[in-house]
Amino acid sequence: MTTILGLYNYWIVIVLMMIGFYIIIAHGHLIKKIVGLNIFQTSVFIFYISVGKVEGATAPIWQEGIILYSNPLPHVLILTAIVVGIATTALGLALIIRIKEAYGSVDEDDIQAMDNQDMVNQDKEQQQC
Amino acid sequence: MFAVVMLAGIYGLVSASFFVAMDAVDVAFTEASVGAGISTLLMLTTVAMTGRTEHMASHKPLLALFVVTVTGGLLIYGTFDMPYFGSADAPIHNHVAPRYIYDSMKEIGVPNMVTSVLASYRGFDTFGEVTVIFTAGIGVLALLSVVQRPKSEAVIEAINDSMHEKHLILRVVIKTMIPFILLYAFYVQFHGDYGPGGGFQAGVIFAAGIIMYALLFGLSAARQVIKQPVVQLLSAVGVLIYGSVGLVSMLNGGTFLDYSVLSADPIAGQHLGILLIEFGVGLTVASVMIIIFFSCSARSEYQQAKKGESL
Amino acid sequence: MLAHLPILQVIVPLMAAPACLILRKPKLVWLFTLLASSLAFIISILLLQQVMVADTISYELGGWSPPWGIEYRIDKLNAFIALIISGVSTVVLLAAQTSIEKEIPEDKQTLFYILYLLSLTGMLGIVTTGDAFNVFVFLEISSLSAYSLIALGKDRRALWASFQYLIMGTIGATFILIGIGLMYQMTGTLNMADLATRLPEVAETRTVTTAYVFFIVGVCLKLALFPLHFWLPNAYAYAPSIVTAFFAATSTKVAAYLLIRFTFSIFGISFSFTTLPMETLFLVLGLLGIFIASTVAIYQDNIKHVFAYSSVAQVGYMIVGFSLSTHAGLTAMLLHMFNHALMKGALFLALAAIIYRVGSARIADFQGLGRQMPLTMAAVVVGGLSLIGVPLTVGFVSKWYLVVAAIEKGWWWVAGLVLLGSLLAVIYVWRIVETAYFKAPMAGRQPVKEAPMAFLVPVWLLVSANVYFGIDTRLSVEIATAAAKGLFGVAQ
Repeated sequence: MTTILGLYNYWIVIVLMMIGFYIIIAHGHLIKKIVGLNIFQTSVFIFYISVGKVEGATAPIWQEGIILYSNPLPHVLILTAIVVGIATTALGLALIIRIKEAYGSVDEDDIQAMDNQDMVNQDKEQQQC
Repeated sequence: MFAVVMLAGIYGLVSASFFVAMDAVDVAFTEASVGAGISTLLMLTTVAMTGRTEHMASHKPLLALFVVTVTGGLLIYGTFDMPYFGSADAPIHNHVAPRYIYDSMKEIGVPNMVTSVLASYRGFDTFGEVTVIFTAGIGVLALLSVVQRPKSEAVIEAINDSMHEKHLILRVVIKTMIPFILLYAFYVQFHGDYGPGGGFQAGVIFAAGIIMYALLFGLSAARQVIKQPVVQLLSAVGVLIYGSVGLVSMLNGGTFLDYSVLSADPIAGQHLGILLIEFGVGLTVASVMIIIFFSCSARSEYQQAKKGESL
Repeated sequence: MLAHLPILQVIVPLMAAPACLILRKPKLVWLFTLLASSLAFIISILLLQQVMVADTISYELGGWSPPWGIEYRIDKLNAFIALIISGVSTVVLLAAQTSIEKEIPEDKQTLFYILYLLSLTGMLGIVTTGDAFNVFVFLEISSLSAYSLIALGKDRRALWASFQYLIMGTIGATFILIGIGLMYQMTGTLNMADLATRLPEVAETRTVTTAYVFFIVGVCLKLALFPLHFWLPNAYAYAPSIVTAFFAATSTKVAAYLLIRFTFSIFGISFSFTTLPMETLFLVLGLLGIFIASTVAIYQDNIKHVFAYSSVAQVGYMIVGFSLSTHAGLTAMLLHMFNHALMKGALFLALAAIIYRVGSARIADFQGLGRQMPLTMAAVVVGGLSLIGVPLTVGFVSKWYLVVAAIEKGWWWVAGLVLLGSLLAVIYVWRIVETAYFKAPMAGRQPVKEAPMAFLVPVWLLVSANVYFGIDTRLSVEIATAAAKGLFGVAQ
């Protein structure tokens, strides 16, 4: 019982992570992949932060009279990681906008089909020369 | 897709409240502004340009399920030896953290421990982070920028009038709110030493204010105030300010980013260093967020102009 | 200044990048970038000299001693890799302006150089840091700039290749983050040297095993180890040619460095190779990579694809050396990293020259090129011979060391398979040579001139290095052996 009470936070986070991971791999729509990536990364952040929490402590800002503080190091790491996450998302979305312009679709299967068609056409051209 | 994006935004907001429950106030602040704010905004812009519908896949994702189950299983296997949630005797609380918590007030003189770790003890990580944001800004510029033809005054007036009719209430309310938003951004920037806040959060809030203006008054009107080349330059200046603080430390005899040598009194030096680098961070973050949003909107206008021409 | 060299190695390109925005004209920006890269190269040479004498250099950032502050730690291994990266970067930059004039629109050229410098910064940062989380931050810098650089390619498939790389790369980076988080959770520190001291106490726990697995999988995604290599061929093929020349020679080396560093210095050989069947696993994956990738390379139509798949195969060779987990095996792997950088750098740069003149890299367009672009094609031939492993080239040196290391360990059949893999390389190299020299140019095509000096100088610099280091192996072997010994001495 203590094991479950002690570890349930990790298991919830892992479920969230796997949901995000699944969305990235299984869905074909490019924006959904980015959303999945976001969910995956955010759950990793929740994991780190829950690791840093101390029972009965407060936020790591110095105040007279308070002795127990939660660990500030995971917070610093996650602040950096959130920024990295938004940077990746922004770049991914910019790529999606360009892909839509170039291919006319933002679905993985459609784009793959168009690329394969391109290869076939190029081969036909080759043989004609 | 619209529903998907909104739900993702709500997920960000819920995570932020979760972070508050975990005592991670700075992180909650950042997650709320970035995950629930900017992220949702950018995704909505993209959905606007790429269409709201999605057609469903026809094949069963068995491989994906298999990979996910294996990964999840491995992670759960790994949790069994972890320290329990909230325990105070976990390794991470006994090694590096005590100095950060109990000595940072003496060594750096800043109540917010997260700021002292972020800006001083691990200041180089934050420098890397600013560079990441700068890289994303340049990357988006490289992907989406189009050569701008400035619109005439008359055209801007026309857009202004049409939007005025459609969104009268919003425009009046937002126009009064924007100065307060920008002021709040400055407050967060400089008060980050004493409470939750700091350069990132401030930069995002400032950018949000400008973006709101652009959303309601038109991109061209916003561009008259915030000129693209200036914003690009400012994003570079932010990174350079950060780096220069480090270089000055080196010239004064310390190692890179050693603030104690910036002034006769080490504590004053720490304060000065943290102030300057947080300012550099805020400057770059705000400029890059503005660049990203403006690039997306400019591309959208460019796409519509092309469609108009080809018709 | 000399004491600050470790940090200057990274700061020089890092601060040069935003400074480029202040300059206006692309040619000026190019010269500035070249200057920054050359400075980084000089610093790496100085650092390597210091480290061959002094053993390890430590630099405390912010004046805070580790593990409270971030530490930069240079030893023979990372000085060597930093040398490779900055050296290749500088040589490739010599041809950059000419190459991108035809491939990237003028308003984006300044942005290209900024991204290039940021990519260089990221890679140098990963290699020189002594802090695990710092690795993640600089990994993201190098990855984000890589995604943007690849997307600058002319073909629309560059966009799709970049997006796929973004998704796979971010999954890999997140796995690495999970690994670092688990390591931190069990030891309470992020400093690499400190982790090395503290991990043995908790090495028996399941959490640490999981941390290792996640970290290694993340690194292997970036390394393009079979079967996680899917992003590489398209990313290399559709990126601007100069970008491919730079990345082919450097990005996989950085991932290989992370693999070596974390396996040997941090987790320790006994943990990494006995707790999990790493030897067998990496051996099998490495061999599969060699054979499958080389076979696929033979059937490719676009020469860039041929060499991209060949790169996946070369990563396989490196991993086979790694899986031997002996001093000789590690030396062979390090040598191959150095030599592969020279080989692929020369090959892709020569390809860039051909694309500049001919406009495409399809094998049909190579017909008769041997006569029209003699110097460039000669460079391709020498590079190809190096890939195969013909004596007098660097390729031979690393294959030799690999075969000897395998025989030392008693794995005769591995040595045989390595030699067999070289035969496959003969096939795809011969295809190119045959088309270029023995087929007449296609009717109706304009004859092309030889490549401009801007290309010929760096290409032949790299080709001569290929031959020079193939004959006089003292320098590379000495450094590689010393680096390997250093790693084995620390970790037991």
